Amino acid sequence: MKKTYNCKLIRKEELCPGIFDFEIECPEMAQAAKTGQFLHITCGGSTFLRRPISICDTTDTTLRFCFQVKGEGTKELSLREVGDMIDVMGPLGHGFETVPGEKTVVIGGGIGTFPLLKLARETDSAVFLGFRTKELVVMEDDFKAASGNVTVCTDDGTYGYNGFAIAAMGEYLLENKVDRIFCCGPTPMLKAVKQIAEYRDIPCQLSLEQRMGCGIGACLTCVCETKDEGMGKYKQVCSCGPVFDSKEVVL
Amino acid sequence: MANLEVEYCGVKFKNPIVTASGTFGFGYEYNEYVSLNEYGGFGAKGLTRQPRGGNKAPRIAETPSGILNSVGLQNPGVEVFADVIMPDLAEKFDTNVIANMSGNTIEEYAEMAEILSDTDVAVIEMNISCPNVKHGGLAFGTNAAVVEELTKEVKKKCKKPLVVKLSPNVTSVTDIAKAAEAGGADGVSLINTLLGMRIDINTRRPILANNTGGLSGPAVKPVAVRMVHEVYNAVKIPIIGMGGVMSGDDVIEFMIAGARLVALGTGMFVKPDLILDVKRDILAYMDRFGIEDINDIVGTLELN
Repeated sequence: MKKTYNCKLIRKEELCPGIFDFEIECPEMAQAAKTGQFLHITCGGSTFLRRPISICDTTDTTLRFCFQVKGEGTKELSLREVGDMIDVMGPLGHGFETVPGEKTVVIGGGIGTFPLLKLARETDSAVFLGFRTKELVVMEDDFKAASGNVTVCTDDGTYGYNGFAIAAMGEYLLENKVDRIFCCGPTPMLKAVKQIAEYRDIPCQLSLEQRMGCGIGACLTCVCETKDEGMGKYKQVCSCGPVFDSKEVVL
Repeated sequence: MANLEVEYCGVKFKNPIVTASGTFGFGYEYNEYVSLNEYGGFGAKGLTRQPRGGNKAPRIAETPSGILNSVGLQNPGVEVFADVIMPDLAEKFDTNVIANMSGNTIEEYAEMAEILSDTDVAVIEMNISCPNVKHGGLAFGTNAAVVEELTKEVKKKCKKPLVVKLSPNVTSVTDIAKAAEAGGADGVSLINTLLGMRIDINTRRPILANNTGGLSGPAVKPVAVRMVHEVYNAVKIPIIGMGGVMSGDDVIEFMIAGARLVALGTGMFVKPDLILDVKRDILAYMDRFGIEDINDIVGTLELN
């Protein structure tokens, strides 16, 4: 039987204003977790629903997740201190599917970069990370430890590659053969990556986000639109995703 | 050992705890957390005559102590349920399945009742109160004369106990409950969700893609308990109570108000194994008050 876990927060860091990096202890979940899966977390305070947050990385006994304070839930979660217990369901969802030996691209934008760290380590990937500006660049060292080929980009050119991560990826694709692209980021980035991948006929997996209820596929609230009709027109991001084949979804 | 078994519309439920349609899929997802056999029965996802894709996302928004949803009856259609899903559930689990159906016309409701009558479902719940679809649903549930007529016509084709699901979005829930009873309903269930709205003040747009949605969760519980109490005093047919149940104490509260069965719903999104806590709490309550049979507390409310 699956269950919920009461996990101790063992490390907490504020990476930049409003962006937090948590590590919790739970050997069972840590060992079961696959890259791209998420945790469904009770944030506390007066918030009611759990909040879905992607797994950033794992060790044998711990899980790391990063999040931006956006609303009441993430604000409450950010107030937790080391030693506090956090009620977590997970690991949930359908993560990235990797194929050993493939040359791949990992591309993420903003807070969408967090779920890609474990993936970057587990694949032979060129990694492109996009941020709006220098102050928002986070986890660069983590990614550089995970992959030998990391390009950090800023939209305003204040750090690293001057421009969108998509542009840097586009240049890379002109000169390198790639077997697969993995992406997580804001919708405009997902749309662009989907378009580029399909134009170049490169298989592509996108990690999506949606307001969520149960987290396990029962309540049908966190859906994304697909190319199917009827019952299958909308698929649950929590259980069919959060990672989808780019050709399956309509963004 | 305290007795938790309850009879509802002639069907035996091993305990009075069921689930609310729409919160529980067809049971498979939650069965990975707690065996479906632990429940007295469960309410399956609302069905329509044809498969439905449902509404655009976002379909959910948090509210104080609750949620708004606007799923819009996404479902595979009654035939897939009758031919594939229900036979599988009957083979794998030992619990009562409460099918739930919504139609656009009286004829559609009757046809679905006929199809579901030939399956192993224990009870058929007729949804006349979905706030998230343009046709049917709530339009049927707010007019007493229509409810009586609809119930009467569906009863002609329905060979299973027929339970009418009532909307709280009416002036008098008792008028609708009486109309269902007069039409021949075997039971009523209440409450469906309360129509609500949330606005994103930054974009000045509703959070839900459907603009409005149905409110559920602990926020609605006092409304639900009051309505169960009123309906209990207005009709003789048994009640399935629901709305914001988060504990065994909440189940007891609904039963005292007059519910024979009580459904868990939104609370399971937070605690997927809520049923286990609920059963433990109920047994503790019965022990504390020396109650040997859970049926003895139904409708025992004494007003001040």
